Amino acid sequence: MPLRQRIDPHRRLALRAGGALVAMAVARPVRAEVPELKAAIAAYTGGREARPGRVSIEVARLVDNGNAVPLTVRVDSPMTAAEHVRAIAVFNERNPERDVARFALTEHAGLAVVSTRIRLATSQQLVAIATLSDGSLWSGAVDVVVTLAACIEGEN
Amino acid sequence: MARVLLTVPAAAKRGEIIEIRAAIAHPMETGYRRGADGQRLPRDILRSFACRLDGDLVFAAELFPAVAANPYLAFHLRATRSGTLTFTWEGDAGFAQTETARLAVA
Repeated sequence: MPLRQRIDPHRRLALRAGGALVAMAVARPVRAEVPELKAAIAAYTGGREARPGRVSIEVARLVDNGNAVPLTVRVDSPMTAAEHVRAIAVFNERNPERDVARFALTEHAGLAVVSTRIRLATSQQLVAIATLSDGSLWSGAVDVVVTLAACIEGEN
Repeated sequence: MARVLLTVPAAAKRGEIIEIRAAIAHPMETGYRRGADGQRLPRDILRSFACRLDGDLVFAAELFPAVAANPYLAFHLRATRSGTLTFTWEGDAGFAQTETARLAVA
């Protein structure tokens, strides 16, 4: 009897079901909206909507190790007394807490560029909100894929 | 006292925009990890950082558990005058540390 015919039909079914599951996982939208992220941003901005633009997040799109991910936030601003960035807040979508860090800047900065290193628990979206001296809010977002997550094993 | 690494240019021209980097040795224990005994390790993070030039605030940061261990911050300053830069970190369990660096502007 050829080998193929000896495979238990139940196993066949299970395999087929497994295949369907994989297909479902692939078909799922890359990023589902996480309401807590929107809520955290709304709490920070006082419910005001931030306009997309002027804020760019520089981070590796594919992160090997989520324990220390270099992150730079750059805001397009002349940084003069009349027009400068007052604050930058960074939020994440899927860490245990939505906040990452909040920065306070002054017109003496000259350049609205801030760098740090962050933890990423899993693949997710990062959002940065910049508050300008005229009170306007701007936002930038980026999606990152994390292969080795932070928070699962002890950090070496 | 935690080990601190500060990078401030030795000399800056007036009006030049300089980058200042500050790193401090700290575990930034998130409060979400469990130890070998299965118990949650209590949160122990640095919550705030500030850099002042002769008392005037230059840059400040509020940190959360998502900031990696040994927090590193880099920011900019338009060099207009010489002075003393003061760096302060504050955190859980009464952590407080202050370091200074000289900023020389020609």
